[in-house]
Amino acid sequence: MKYAYYPGCSLERNAAAYDHSVREVADLLGIRLQEIDDWNCCGATEYFSRNELAACAVIARNLALVEPQTDQLVAPCAACYLNLIKTDKLMVDHPEFGKEVNQCLAAGGLKYEPGRVTVRHMLDVIVDDIGETAVRDKVVRPLAGLRVAPYYGCQVVRPISNNDNPEYPMKMDHLLKWLGAEVVDYPVKAHCCGGHMTQISEPQAFELIRRLLQNAQDYVADMIVCMCPMCQLNLDGYQSRVNGFFGTEFKLPIMYFTQMLGIAFGIDPQKLGFGKEIVTAMPVLEAKLGGQPV
Amino acid sequence: MAAHIAEKKGTFLEEVIEATPGGERLVHCIQCGSCGGSCPSGAEMQYTPRTLIAMIGANDRDAVLAANTMWACVSCYFCTSRCPQNIPITDIIYTLKRMSIAEKRYHDTDAPALAKTFTDFVDRYGRSFEFGLATGYHLLKRPISMMKMGPMGLQMFTRGRMALRPTKIRQIEQLQAIINKAKELSAK
Amino acid sequence: MADKIGIYVCHCGSNIAGTIDVEEVARWAGKNIGDVVVSKDYKFLCSSLGQQMIEDDIRSEGLTGVVVGACSPHLHEKTFRNACKRAGLNPFLCQMTNLREHVSWVNSDKAAGTKKAKALIFAAAERVKRQKPLEPMEVEVNPATLVVGGGIAGLQATLELADAGYLVYLVEREPSIGGHMAQFDKTFPTLDCSACILTPKMSEVGQHENVTMFTYSELEEVSGSVGNFKVKIRKKARYVDYDKCTGCGICTEKCPRKVIDDVFEAGMGYRKAIYSPFPQAVPRIPVIDAENCTWFTRGKCRVCSKVCPTDAVDYDQKDEIVELNVGNIIMATGWKLFDCKRIPQYGFGRLANVYTNMEFERLCNAAGPTSGKIVMRDGKTEPKSVAIVHCVGSRDVNSNPYCSGVCCMAALKFGHLVLEKTKAEVYSFYIDMRTPMKDYEEFYQRLLEEGMHFVRGKVAEVTDAARKPDEKGKLIVQVEDTLLGKQRRIPVDMVILMGGLEPQADAKELGLKCGISCSMAGWYTERHPKLDPVATMTDGVFVAGVCQGPKDIPAAVAQGAAAAARVAGMIAKGTVTIEPIVASIDEEGCSGCRICNNLCPFNAIEYDEEKKVSRVITALCKGCGTCVAACPAGVITGAHFNNEQIFAEIDGILWDAKPQAEVEIASV
Repeated sequence: MKYAYYPGCSLERNAAAYDHSVREVADLLGIRLQEIDDWNCCGATEYFSRNELAACAVIARNLALVEPQTDQLVAPCAACYLNLIKTDKLMVDHPEFGKEVNQCLAAGGLKYEPGRVTVRHMLDVIVDDIGETAVRDKVVRPLAGLRVAPYYGCQVVRPISNNDNPEYPMKMDHLLKWLGAEVVDYPVKAHCCGGHMTQISEPQAFELIRRLLQNAQDYVADMIVCMCPMCQLNLDGYQSRVNGFFGTEFKLPIMYFTQMLGIAFGIDPQKLGFGKEIVTAMPVLEAKLGGQPV
Repeated sequence: MAAHIAEKKGTFLEEVIEATPGGERLVHCIQCGSCGGSCPSGAEMQYTPRTLIAMIGANDRDAVLAANTMWACVSCYFCTSRCPQNIPITDIIYTLKRMSIAEKRYHDTDAPALAKTFTDFVDRYGRSFEFGLATGYHLLKRPISMMKMGPMGLQMFTRGRMALRPTKIRQIEQLQAIINKAKELSAK
Repeated sequence: MADKIGIYVCHCGSNIAGTIDVEEVARWAGKNIGDVVVSKDYKFLCSSLGQQMIEDDIRSEGLTGVVVGACSPHLHEKTFRNACKRAGLNPFLCQMTNLREHVSWVNSDKAAGTKKAKALIFAAAERVKRQKPLEPMEVEVNPATLVVGGGIAGLQATLELADAGYLVYLVEREPSIGGHMAQFDKTFPTLDCSACILTPKMSEVGQHENVTMFTYSELEEVSGSVGNFKVKIRKKARYVDYDKCTGCGICTEKCPRKVIDDVFEAGMGYRKAIYSPFPQAVPRIPVIDAENCTWFTRGKCRVCSKVCPTDAVDYDQKDEIVELNVGNIIMATGWKLFDCKRIPQYGFGRLANVYTNMEFERLCNAAGPTSGKIVMRDGKTEPKSVAIVHCVGSRDVNSNPYCSGVCCMAALKFGHLVLEKTKAEVYSFYIDMRTPMKDYEEFYQRLLEEGMHFVRGKVAEVTDAARKPDEKGKLIVQVEDTLLGKQRRIPVDMVILMGGLEPQADAKELGLKCGISCSMAGWYTERHPKLDPVATMTDGVFVAGVCQGPKDIPAAVAQGAAAAARVAGMIAKGTVTIEPIVASIDEEGCSGCRICNNLCPFNAIEYDEEKKVSRVITALCKGCGTCVAACPAGVITGAHFNNEQIFAEIDGILWDAKPQAEVEIASV
């Protein structure tokens, strides 16, 4: 199966582990990812705060660059995913606005036909297109004994439906169960990580991060498994600062779901970007997965 | 039903509806407070989103655009997905952000500065640039917290998670032409 | 053909005249439509003076046809037909055209409205010239009535008719009559014990000489029409002989198989595999739930059969179809509870101490699983604080946009019961407190005095994710207190979700069987929302209770009685007038192909084996036109809707169209 691939800025550096593991896992599952040539930033939540038309035009450039051979575009980053799907939907639902976006694209010699590209999140591709049997078939090292808390964040499950429940999504729960992991059913799995608030108001952001870490810990999770670079950065990168701020002692590794897939599929952890996380995952993996080094 | 829509009266409500795709649902607000109750930043807000909608209805333009509500928003979309009247509340918050920035009505928040720094990088390179954000925006706006960020930045750096130089896309002129056209059109 | 047509255009105050130039329409029609001898506009044609004007014109001008351009024929067709009749003109030579609902109310452009009105008047005039005098038919009304649904609305209707001396067949899907009211503990606002006021009615119905009950039965099929319906009832196999069983209850007592009762006990309690839903059930005859019975699932046991003193258990019983003839049908099929799991952020099904309203009814019912003790799911701990969440699955476009109407009052009732039976603090989370009926607001006042806390805000979520030490182990209700403009998190022990009322899952399907339709939300549509609230668009089929829309017990009872009164009126009169708009078959041209026989939805076409032709049974025909369209030989004619009339109407509507277009249409 062939998909256009939009990694997004985070996956270049900060979330390189996500990018590596997405590519490794895709390869193994027969998902052919073709990176959009010369893609640009999706503008995150920031561009929409300044100029809606420009924000959409910037995003639509990427849609316009998707090669005509495929109409499926995969974005692993939640913010990129939402921006891409939202722009397409705005152009479809509001044709006048769509025309304006195309006027902008025309200035760069491009054109996008609204609705042509279906934007998908990597999780949906694996769960919906590849499916349980094919995933289970590839598992060589079941994650038995590992208590994982799936963390969905916001922008994939809301506000545009990805055929999961926007309040209590289940797709990653299912996927992690296929890998043999013990899945923690905890209530804040689709609550907010604070998003860009770490850059604006630390006390506010830290409180949101604390709520998630606290709840995952209350439900005795060994680690949190996420699907968005921003969520990973906030929960992992800021974890020690949150501990300092509240006097807590959280020590929860925050991993990408594709990294866990890779481990279960027996892929070399190095290739999956293990070691790039700040709260290291190795000790708990070794302890829980039968003492064998991963 | 077009015949029954009231004539334009130049109210703030009409202005917000006009500037928001799907904004016409705004008139259906029953002031139930699902949005304010759901908001993860609700406690930080001087006015809850529900109150803001009531203020929009009351034509209280100045107070709305000066409110801190928009700047506490984390774009989690709980308000939108839970709204019993299908009002795109998060998008309305974005509309208010744009209005507040355009008219410089905001105060006591660095969010507009962050948005500007971020979009400037996109305009210049076609990609975002975390190190640039950290050095540019943080040094300017929050040198103290910048120092606290030091160890974290170092950790990120040693794990290869932060680049010192921005990446520039090949066809930056093409992107800039698109952005310029958008700015030109939206200025109208 | 020396037609003399009178045209009358109504202003309907400003309802029509506001967006149509009615004077111009009347003037224009008088000049431009052939054979028109009178053309007038009038302020209110339906007034007695308006009718008188038409009558006078018929007499003085010798009118042979009348066109009335006014409101919907649903409202006033009878009025104007009667006016014509009084003046000696056959009522079927009066044609109404709808200038209000079809033009003025749906349009704001006066020029366009006037233009459309002209076309409609033209069409009606061309049509009326070709209409034939018809004579209505009288048929006898079968005095027996079918009531579908044995809840409080159906019971009331049944009793009213039975007490008046008329036969009633009552069909109920569950093993006992009683409906939802039998599950309730108290009733608002008077706090009467629900069972105490319901069960006397149930036993009265059960013992009434004029009532035949079919419990554990469903409506299978309806044919015929007003006055003479034929209905088929499926009596589901009970596996207990109705005549032999004495209702002693030994079988239930000895049955070893316990099953969670998710119907009567709302999942809060157990019943046996052979059971009667509750002690006061009518009839007392139990049923075997074959899905769970050990004999049916594993071929072992037969305990019930062994212990039965009258040998009433019959494992070989089969479903049985009973055919009945009735004159009228009352649909009182009730409602089902909104599935609270559809709102996952409220935690029902995930957080143990989140209850639905029906669960709580059973919880505080003295005959319920805890004997009326309000305790949490552990079966022993009394809650110290209880949150009652309004509008769960109501007033929300994500579930049901309508207000369920009864939840505010039921929430107040629950609040009172918790305050009466426990020491708990009680919080009500409401959007708008709705207490519109007699003594309801007074009940609200009472709860304010009793110390119930009211927080105005739709609950955002119910969670066990504690943020602070005092939230640990509690259910936290997160809400914006909209009167404070502040987000609040209120930790409680128990949460009651006020699930809304929804149409029965099969309401639409059941409605189709007897020819009645549903609103967007799925409630049965009454003939007129204000002036004809229990009749439907199908003559002889009436609606009562919540199946027509959310309502409380007093309103359901009133509607049940109203439907019964309408039926009693029909029976007392003895005959019903049937519109003579029926199909007829030209036997000369009929090839006897019998295609029409099977297509007729009313079984109104019989086949004459001797002559090998089909024939319409006029009394059964509803004039739907299905056979007319289907006849391959084109020899079936629908009276009042024949080809000549329809084409004339089309020609009329296209009066200003180009000639080429006329040619094409005429050749179709």
